[in-house]
Amino acid sequence: MSGSIFTSSIGKKMFMSISGCILILFLTFHMCMNLALIFSDSAYNAICGFLGANWYAVAATAALALVVLLHFGLAIVLTIQNRKARGTIRYRVTERENGVEWSSKNMLVLGFVVVIGLIVHLANFWLKMMYTELMGAHEVALGAATVAPTDGAAIVRFYFSQWYYAAIYIVWFVGLWFHLTHGVWSMMHSLGLNSKVWFKRMKCISTIVATLICGGFALVTIVLFLQGNGILPNPLF
Amino acid sequence: MNLTLEIWRQPNAKAEGKFETYVVKDVSTESSFLEMLDILNNQLIHEGKEPVAFDHDCREGICGACSLRINGHAHGPESEVTTCQLHMRNFKDGDKIVIEPWRSRAFPVIKDLVVDRTAYETILQAGGFVSVNTGGVPDANAIPIAKDDAEESMDAAACIGCGACAATCKNGSAMLFVAARVSSLAKLPQGQVEGARRAKAMVAKMDELGFGNCTNTGACQAECPKGITINHIARLNREYLKAKFRS
Repeated sequence: MSGSIFTSSIGKKMFMSISGCILILFLTFHMCMNLALIFSDSAYNAICGFLGANWYAVAATAALALVVLLHFGLAIVLTIQNRKARGTIRYRVTERENGVEWSSKNMLVLGFVVVIGLIVHLANFWLKMMYTELMGAHEVALGAATVAPTDGAAIVRFYFSQWYYAAIYIVWFVGLWFHLTHGVWSMMHSLGLNSKVWFKRMKCISTIVATLICGGFALVTIVLFLQGNGILPNPLF
Repeated sequence: MNLTLEIWRQPNAKAEGKFETYVVKDVSTESSFLEMLDILNNQLIHEGKEPVAFDHDCREGICGACSLRINGHAHGPESEVTTCQLHMRNFKDGDKIVIEPWRSRAFPVIKDLVVDRTAYETILQAGGFVSVNTGGVPDANAIPIAKDDAEESMDAAACIGCGACAATCKNGSAMLFVAARVSSLAKLPQGQVEGARRAKAMVAKMDELGFGNCTNTGACQAECPKGITINHIARLNREYLKAKFRS
């Protein structure tokens, strides 16, 4: 009579929420880790050391990849079903409804922005760090020079000193910010953890979380870009 | 006032439809939107043309029979008003008004602006009720209910099942409708007894009938003529997930 939770509309939203929640926790960790770069390259490299070619880091990376695939795959499935449910004829006139966030209607597009950024990001860093270590190589080419794959700070500084990489990453963080401003409260809402009293608070928390995460990432990018181009001293303190 | 209307005309469910343009003259600003359409139909009948079919019943904003997407808004530009309670004073002389039927896979067009909303009734039949034995009317105060709960239940019970939510939603989702019914009964002791079964059955029926998945855009609450909010959707999610994990 009532069908499986895996195929039901609310069930799919629940999996969307849980996978989204895991990704937000990961982003929070990643952002905090990046902040170390502002204070000390060796501190950052020490954290990279924990996350090199160790079995637990590789297992966590694989698990994370599965969560991304689940989140993205479900988004595609939901969008296809939703477009079908809309019917074949579109309205001639569409007006913006009151109080509807732009991001809430463009989550898939924003998701694509995030995934494209992720591909650039993995090619820049994951390939040169964890993957290189797993392949047993002890050095990696960065332009004309070579560095050790464990010297994460050098690799990050190499990319973020180039304006176009810094710009691509900033655009990526803006896309992610829009995605998260809707995603955080929507996650709670889909899990049923929202109410008349908490509705506005959830939206506020959502904006704060998105701003902290994306702002933290952007701050590191900007500081490293300015240091890489001699505008700010390195080390900063 | 004189108006130009662009109205979706479709002779039957299977035929292809198209927009037709009509001009109505000397419409009083005091008349309702449906009265304006009555004037147009009168004019069409005198000209020997087929009148425009549209749904209506009580014309008091409580039955949920009227629909219409007017200039890109369900039930027209005014908020928390049904089409029958929308008055022509909200428009200006010389305005062009585009009138479309609800568009959703679960609401097929029957004729012109009339759509088949049986899907909502089918969802209700799956669980949107309280099973009681008939008999004498119980004392209204026999079961104490907190004022806040009664208020919230009544807010959700204001749903008239007009279909504006699913017709507005970019996903063609009926979540606001189902949430209003589930939430209204979940807030009352009489409804809580069958709460788990109701949430599961109504959601399953909603999915089966081809409605889309809710993505929390909130477009439905902006267009709902009864001001039902998506907070009720959060309660439906909670009721459904609780029921599923307990069974």
